[in-house]
Amino acid sequence: MKPKFGVVVFPGSNCDHDAYYATKKVLDYDAEFLWHKEPDLKGSDVIILPGGFSYGDYLRSGAIARFSPVVEEVINFAEKGGVVIGICNGFQILLEAGLLPGAMRHNESLKFICKDSYLKVENKNTIFSSEIVKDVIRVPVAHGEGNYFTDEKTLSELENNSQVLFRYASPEGEVAPEFNINGSLNNIAGIVNKNGNVLGMMPHPERCVDPILRNNDGAAVFQSIVKSLVN
Amino acid sequence: MYKATVIIKRRPSILDPQGKAVEKGAQLLGFNNVSGTRIGKYIEFFVNSEDENAAADEVKKYSEKLLANPIMEDFEYSLEKV
Repeated sequence: MKPKFGVVVFPGSNCDHDAYYATKKVLDYDAEFLWHKEPDLKGSDVIILPGGFSYGDYLRSGAIARFSPVVEEVINFAEKGGVVIGICNGFQILLEAGLLPGAMRHNESLKFICKDSYLKVENKNTIFSSEIVKDVIRVPVAHGEGNYFTDEKTLSELENNSQVLFRYASPEGEVAPEFNINGSLNNIAGIVNKNGNVLGMMPHPERCVDPILRNNDGAAVFQSIVKSLVN
Repeated sequence: MYKATVIIKRRPSILDPQGKAVEKGAQLLGFNNVSGTRIGKYIEFFVNSEDENAAADEVKKYSEKLLANPIMEDFEYSLEKV
């Protein structure tokens, strides 16, 4: 049986169709949209909180989406060990929901950044990265508020538990301030929770899955997840 | 009924790029004595309660749970009987 990806749709989501296309049409898994008002995950094996501007980013990015009926279900699902990936605005929602620690500030430059980023893969021992072969992957970013922040204690916990999965780096994999596109602490681009079943990342792996785009570095993230489900 | 006013500020330790950008504008306009510009939020609403303590409690909970992000923001509030 094909694993099923549930793609949550909020008012203002704009990467929901990309996530659906990547998982269903390109990778040939099962996928279904989940409307934010329905507290029903429809038997999904994996939940994707997609990018976009849920509720217009009013108050703070993700602050209102976090109280959607479907997100309450996603929280229950994640607490029971269900696999959840939040991309861009989805990452912001996971932070607001408390499934991942920290918060997002405006990019240091105050500019909306829309370009390819190079990510150093820091930990290949997770259900989101076991199938990533490269040490550096090229994944597009598109965000205005991706400047990751948390307190010092949480930051050292993230580092000590190897919860930092992706860091902004040079194409060769050098992690340095000049490659930190948005000002995030420790160049953080993606983190997992302590249990390793929830991933939040600002870059968009779903936008680089189809080989016709001449970059399918993102596919391995979804392939890793599926491998973990099959095992 | 009470009218509540909540002011949300970023913690002093957290950089405020928006405030910094606005201050650059201030300098361009010649406001040379201006420094330390920081941008926060001002939120007002009514609380349907006759008891001031109960109203205050509601405002605090609302602020902690939704209006402010406790990881990087502080809030202060005031109540006015209306």
